[in-house]
Amino acid sequence: MSTTRLYCSFFIDKVFCGLEVDKVQEVLRPQPITRVPLAPPIVRGLINLRGQIVTAIDLRQRLGMSPRTEHRESMNIVIRTEEGIVSLLVDDIGDVIPVDDAAFENVPDTLRGAHRELINGVCKLNDRLLLVLNTEQVMRIL
Amino acid sequence: MTGMDDALKEFLIESHENLDQLDRDLVALEQDPSCRDSLANIFRTIHTIKGTCGFFRFQQLGALTHAGENLLSQLRDGKRSLDEKTTSVLLSLVDAVRRLLGTIEATGQEGTEDFSRLTTRISAISKGEAWIEELEEEAEAAETVSIVADGTIRVEVGLLDRLMNLVGELVLARNQVIQHTAIQKDTTLLGAVQRLNLITTELQEGVMKTRMQPIATVWNKFPRLVRDLGVACGRSVHLTMDGRETELDKSIIEAIKDPLTHLIRNSIDHGLETPEERRKLGKPPEGRLTLRAFHEGGQVNIEVSDDGAGIDPARIRRKAIERGLIGRDEAVAMSDRDVLQLIFLPGFSTAASVTNVSGRGVGMDVVKTNIERISGNVEVVSRVGQGATVKLKIPLTLAIIPALIITCDGDHFAIPQVNLLELVRIEAEQISQSIEDVRGAHVHRLRGSLLPLVYLREVLGLGPVTTQDAVHIVILQAGDRPFGLVVDTVNDTEEIVVKPVGKQVKSISLYAGATILGDGKVSLILDVRGIAQTIGMGVDNREHATREAPNATKGPTCQTVVLVGAGGDRRFALPLSLVARLEEVAVRDLEETATGQVTIYRGDVLPLVHLTDILGLPRTESGNNAALQVVVCSNGDQVVGIVVDRIIDIVETPLELKPPSRPMPGVRGTTIIQGRVTEVLDPVRLSEAALSFVDEEAAP
Repeated sequence: MSTTRLYCSFFIDKVFCGLEVDKVQEVLRPQPITRVPLAPPIVRGLINLRGQIVTAIDLRQRLGMSPRTEHRESMNIVIRTEEGIVSLLVDDIGDVIPVDDAAFENVPDTLRGAHRELINGVCKLNDRLLLVLNTEQVMRIL
Repeated sequence: MTGMDDALKEFLIESHENLDQLDRDLVALEQDPSCRDSLANIFRTIHTIKGTCGFFRFQQLGALTHAGENLLSQLRDGKRSLDEKTTSVLLSLVDAVRRLLGTIEATGQEGTEDFSRLTTRISAISKGEAWIEELEEEAEAAETVSIVADGTIRVEVGLLDRLMNLVGELVLARNQVIQHTAIQKDTTLLGAVQRLNLITTELQEGVMKTRMQPIATVWNKFPRLVRDLGVACGRSVHLTMDGRETELDKSIIEAIKDPLTHLIRNSIDHGLETPEERRKLGKPPEGRLTLRAFHEGGQVNIEVSDDGAGIDPARIRRKAIERGLIGRDEAVAMSDRDVLQLIFLPGFSTAASVTNVSGRGVGMDVVKTNIERISGNVEVVSRVGQGATVKLKIPLTLAIIPALIITCDGDHFAIPQVNLLELVRIEAEQISQSIEDVRGAHVHRLRGSLLPLVYLREVLGLGPVTTQDAVHIVILQAGDRPFGLVVDTVNDTEEIVVKPVGKQVKSISLYAGATILGDGKVSLILDVRGIAQTIGMGVDNREHATREAPNATKGPTCQTVVLVGAGGDRRFALPLSLVARLEEVAVRDLEETATGQVTIYRGDVLPLVHLTDILGLPRTESGNNAALQVVVCSNGDQVVGIVVDRIIDIVETPLELKPPSRPMPGVRGTTIIQGRVTEVLDPVRLSEAALSFVDEEAAP
């Protein structure tokens, strides 16, 4: 008897990623961002979430990807973490996808590099793979 | 009523509340005589009232509650069980207490009603004596309605906190509404917005008031503390408290409790001498400890001062070296004023012996950290042998603060007005005269004093400064040394609410947090203290007579000096701390007096001394120069102009001093500045030397 989990999927530089839905508070259209001079580059800035100030994290930066070239603003995935709410900036939002636990696999050993620890595992979907982000690790070096 | 003492009022309110509870407890106790909680409550209430009576000298009430307490203690200790007779006598005790309190509330006096019968009756019962029940109806006292108690409600602090947060949100929402409606022409809407604005402001003030408490709530614990500490340390201490009614936000009251306790400890244990020592010194044997609180400029000032030994800079130097906090050379190079602030370093304590009161080396640094955490600051003023004063400056409230909004590189930033001194705008055509570049360091001559300038763009690592336009300088103060922050534009003032930010931003010392401005955008709040520290402006080297310690620390090895030339080609470094202004005095303005050369400077006579004279060097004739270069030095009220051949530069230099090749008064050592050997002048000796020079010359 296997269970099904829901993942909120999104794209960063055409890479298909996902987060467990219960970590996600909400998904927002591009928001005005106030930059924070001298903050680490992964901190894109601060956004006003209905009166609450939320740090916006540049996931591309965090994953070591090149900055976005096309002229479009990033979407916000607002997640709950131990240190409060943060917003992850992603290129595009995908669907909420139910994934059977059986389809979940740990990170393949062949995946190397500095960002290996940022991925919890991989979900095998019918047509593609979904990388499940480890939000604790994403937030760690901040 | 109006003149009623606050303490008395508080006593009445509390007692009334307790008495209501007492009725319930007594009845509950009668139903279940084994209920120890109720009994303990009753005992405590009566005991408290009794205790306070002694303080206010209410004899009847005191006697009555004393008798009641005896009876209750028997009950509590199980020596007597509660029967109906005891209960009724206790209930009549409660009634009598309530009546007495009513009279006190109405008249401030106990009144003439005689309660001695009841007192005797209670005592008789507690002694086990038979009491002939006369059952005489006690004078039918009209139910006295408590005015004081009915006029107040106890409210949970958590609720007030939530209210304050909501008001903060409302203030921000109002700011946004105002900004958005500013361009509207609908007069009805504008009127409504106007009303919204006023009501919000009033609401904000009202809610803030609900959170205000007199500082006496903290201070009330101090007489006891002072007494106990005095006994423990063998000091005789007289405590004076001024400004007990000064009000502060509750959260701030909480935050200053520990620091104040600590300062009092310090004063008694480190500051005040023993009565014998004091007698020897010709001081009254009883040491004086004074607490003062007053409002000033939207801040609350709290001072803890004693008339003890003061803080001896020499001792601090020694201790600091012993503890490895500073090097020996550094200690020598530091001015007394800088030395005083060493007491704020972690791990510093000067108590000769570790007592259980103080001297464990955790102390002033904690005080400083705690006070700075609530955006306050700490200063120490001390005169050896005469005492020390620690001054705390604390904001009234932390929740909603007025701030100046400025723009830098297209972004808005908020600067708390607490730090703001003034705004200066320099027109484009005046920039070259008003802002001087001394080797990369910019200064502005503001009414004769040199104001160091900092470019916010540089501090924040933003794009280069565009200087074509007018320059806006925001003059800020952190610690007691002002500096100018150059920003792109100065926008407006706004009430802001400091909002929590994530730790990624919190960890940057330049920001005190963030807020949401009227346009709905997030804006960073600049931490002026953080900026001052980043640029090494935290330390004020200025040698005031009072020697106040500045708030921020930095590496004490760096010092800003004025480079001057005198005595031929020799170069001297004069600590900027000593320098009030740099001036040119035309030779024709010189006047000879019996005391030597003087000039009229700002309506006062400014004595002039040649640096060469002070140092005992041959005076270099300035030839046919029409003007003298004068460094105006001030030491407290005394001002003297030191004449030099030329003023070369102002530089920040690490002070790695070599001792002078041959000792010379006023010279501390030599160092290399700008590739040249430079003699560093000792500020203290120099000013003393200069002044004594004037004095000597004054004496025929």
